[in-house]
Amino acid sequence: MNAATLTQRVWQQGRYETIAMLRNGEQLVLMLVLPLIALVGLTVTPFLDGLGANRIDVAAPGVLALCTMSVGFTGQGIATGFDRRYGVLRFLSTTPLGRGGLIAGKVIAVLVVFALQVIVIGGVAVLLGWRPPVGGTILGLVLLAVGAAVFTSLGLLIAGTARPEATLAVTNLVWILFGVFGGIAMPSSRLPSQIAGIVGYLPSGALGDAARAAFLHGTLDLPAAIAILVWGAAAGIAAVRWFKWN
Amino acid sequence: MKRVLAGVDLSAHAGQVTVLLGVNGAGKTTTLECAQGLRRRTGGTIRLLGEDPQTADAELRARVGVMLQDGGLPPSSRPIPLLRHVAGMYRNPLPVDELAERLGLNEFSGTTIRRLSGGQKQRVALAAALVGRPEVVFLDEPSAGLDPQSRQMVFDLITELRTQGLGIILTTHLLDDAERLADWVAILDRGRIVAEGTVAELLGTSSPAARRLTLRAAAGLDVAAAFADAPDRLRVTEAPAGHYTVEGELTTAHLSALAQWLDARGIMPTSLELGSRSLEDVFLGIAEASAQEAVSATGRETA
Repeated sequence: MNAATLTQRVWQQGRYETIAMLRNGEQLVLMLVLPLIALVGLTVTPFLDGLGANRIDVAAPGVLALCTMSVGFTGQGIATGFDRRYGVLRFLSTTPLGRGGLIAGKVIAVLVVFALQVIVIGGVAVLLGWRPPVGGTILGLVLLAVGAAVFTSLGLLIAGTARPEATLAVTNLVWILFGVFGGIAMPSSRLPSQIAGIVGYLPSGALGDAARAAFLHGTLDLPAAIAILVWGAAAGIAAVRWFKWN
Repeated sequence: MKRVLAGVDLSAHAGQVTVLLGVNGAGKTTTLECAQGLRRRTGGTIRLLGEDPQTADAELRARVGVMLQDGGLPPSSRPIPLLRHVAGMYRNPLPVDELAERLGLNEFSGTTIRRLSGGQKQRVALAAALVGRPEVVFLDEPSAGLDPQSRQMVFDLITELRTQGLGIILTTHLLDDAERLADWVAILDRGRIVAEGTVAELLGTSSPAARRLTLRAAAGLDVAAAFADAPDRLRVTEAPAGHYTVEGELTTAHLSALAQWLDARGIMPTSLELGSRSLEDVFLGIAEASAQEAVSATGRETA
């Protein structure tokens, strides 16, 4: 009986992955610097005027939603893609950690890094005058945590099926496209009419809408929440089905 | 689906080094992957410590150490923190400092795995396979890329692990590895075991007679003529020029005949040596036979 307990193993892996993410300079740019630029940019420009009492009230939830995409989708997608290339996934799955523990460790790392993003970016937003209602904040954070898990599933799906170079390119490109045109930080009502109708069904747009409804009004945007869950279920099933460990 | 393995029937035991020997593509890694539970087999039976590796739980995995051919180590990690991380998966791991000392990892502990040489990576991967005090270890090409000193270090450790009662299964395409380490050798070719046994059994050295005579003298001599009495039982080859090899069931009568033949012609060889066959001879012989069999089988199928 020489295996550490499940909790110890998963926590060990979560800590290891968290440190690996925080030590990676490019990932830090993606996880903190770019969202901060987006937050400041959206509060000094008039794009969000008229959607809430202050620009920061509309900007902050969307930028936090963008953060979940940074850490779960692009961050874990790229890290997992290269771990797969180097056989790290195969090696760790032969230790007591196993495949399930490996995935659980990644989810923990995503949630820990996301919590740090909430503290840093949410903190800056508070300094800029963000005062979300308590109930809405709790609902919003729950939705964002679910969103982080959904984006992680999508990132792992790409990492487990494409070459790591392709994963790197695709997850970065999608981050930019969803970030600008995906309704995540910029609500669909402010996007060109040709795409405004569909972005609400994208995981980015759905999470952006759900986060804004929660933090701004303290309400649950049910269609958006359902869209997020459908994406999560689809990505999860597809990842289980097609993820290649080697 | 391509059938990669068929006819691999093998057991490996505690306190023994079992060597899977074969050229690249023979199916060594595939065999290990099936035994480790990394690859889903489409048929057949595998038992690892009495359980099916495909449904291995954490406790079974804790009893088995794996060193993959490509290492499986994260390139941006440093060796010691990585080993501590892997050690964290076990209740009672080996002390990482001792293991690092033993395998000489401290010389490059400040370097990321990405920047290590092939041999240094191999040693880290071996340490990672052993840190959980396994009962069974699978080592895929453990000597690949090692300099002679590291190789000796790794071989000493493997020998010590065997003495401690571990079951060790390793692959190699180096015959020398097998000769130095193996208690049991299985030769794989095209996904099946074509020969197995102890090194002595495979070499046929159970009979005490020497099997090979090498002779160096002037080029172009008809050395076979010396053995005219028993030409069909000995094989004489000259390669390169002036290097003669006589193979077969050598007897004192053959030596006497050779000496007389040389004496009659006034030839003094520059070197004359008796020895047994090497595993390489066995291996090449088997590979050749197996290739011919494969060709004739293909011929039959297309006929």
